[in-house]
Amino acid sequence: MNNLKIVLSGIVKNNPTFVLLLGMCPTLGTTTSAVNGAGMGAATMAVLILSNIVISLVKNIIPSKVRIPSYIVIIAAFVTIVELCMRAYLPDLYKTLGVFIPLIVVNCIILGRAEGFAAKNGVWASALDGIGIGLGFTLALTVIGAVREALGSGAIFGHRFISGDGMLIFVLAPGAFLVLGYLMVLFNRLTAKMRS
Amino acid sequence: MEYILIIISAILVNNVVFAQFLGICPFLGVSNKVSTSMGMGAAVVFVITIAAVVAYLLQYYVLVPLGIQYMQTIVFILVIAALVQMVEIVLKKVSPALYQALGIFLPLITTNCAVLGVAILLVQKQYSLLQSVTFAFSTAIGFALALVIFAGLRERLDLDDVPRAFRGTPIALITAGILAMAFMGFSGLV
Repeated sequence: MNNLKIVLSGIVKNNPTFVLLLGMCPTLGTTTSAVNGAGMGAATMAVLILSNIVISLVKNIIPSKVRIPSYIVIIAAFVTIVELCMRAYLPDLYKTLGVFIPLIVVNCIILGRAEGFAAKNGVWASALDGIGIGLGFTLALTVIGAVREALGSGAIFGHRFISGDGMLIFVLAPGAFLVLGYLMVLFNRLTAKMRS
Repeated sequence: MEYILIIISAILVNNVVFAQFLGICPFLGVSNKVSTSMGMGAAVVFVITIAAVVAYLLQYYVLVPLGIQYMQTIVFILVIAALVQMVEIVLKKVSPALYQALGIFLPLITTNCAVLGVAILLVQKQYSLLQSVTFAFSTAIGFALALVIFAGLRERLDLDDVPRAFRGTPIALITAGILAMAFMGFSGLV
């Protein structure tokens, strides 16, 4: 029960994108389509889970004064591993996501969870937290990507459902801000309704 | 001519915030007041330019000769983190008022992806040292420009009656979207 609670809180109550407002750059920069959003989410989730596990394992060895630099090194190591794997096995996705893959290092979600959760909890709970927050992030990115793809090119996950051109603006830069803004409004409305 | 192209492209056409989506966190976080945003903008210009020089030297005089380019991410982030720490110490001594105003966001320049992003991009684009500095400086100016314009808009926005669900970040994002549309007008320039 408790395990499920940790995972669920990452998806809804502490959703990194809609509630915590963390990791905005990849959220806006990589969600031109549902697949790209999901890919970015998955890469971030992999780093998040691995770094959460390792940090919760070594938290007692690291002196608290140098903990942030140590966490960054751990995170950067995993980002490099994920980067090399993606370059080898998913070259197309790697090319589309471009600079945002090495930039997972500076995604505030990961350092935030390391400092806020993994440094205070056990290995198992930290892994679950990584899964929950990672899923929440992936879900948010996939939804934003799907909305932008649907409005911008009339397709979802590459399957066209309308012939002809979509509203190109939603695939371009301004669309990212607009779609995220309006989705946030929707999320606020829904959570406000649930509370009352 | 080549340098003018880099400058115009980095400030207006490929603006870091509106076209490349780097540095969104400080863009949304420190854009409540024009005065604070100017301070943040200045700090970012300073840090990005120095970081670019350091990143260039590291890449071509350490990583490439040793054949360990895959260590790029780790090395760059560590150097940038140390650099930001230094800027913070200097600012604390020189201008305590600005240091107070920037508060939490100064250490957060470390996780400002624009800094690391520019360092990685200048390697990817294979710029020379002078080109790298030009590119980094004008990218940072573009960031500061976006930040100050946006802060001006948000100051006005505070006075307006915004529907409850839109308050805070959502309306800020939608405003940023419209601003990004305005910046798209520059796209034919280069």
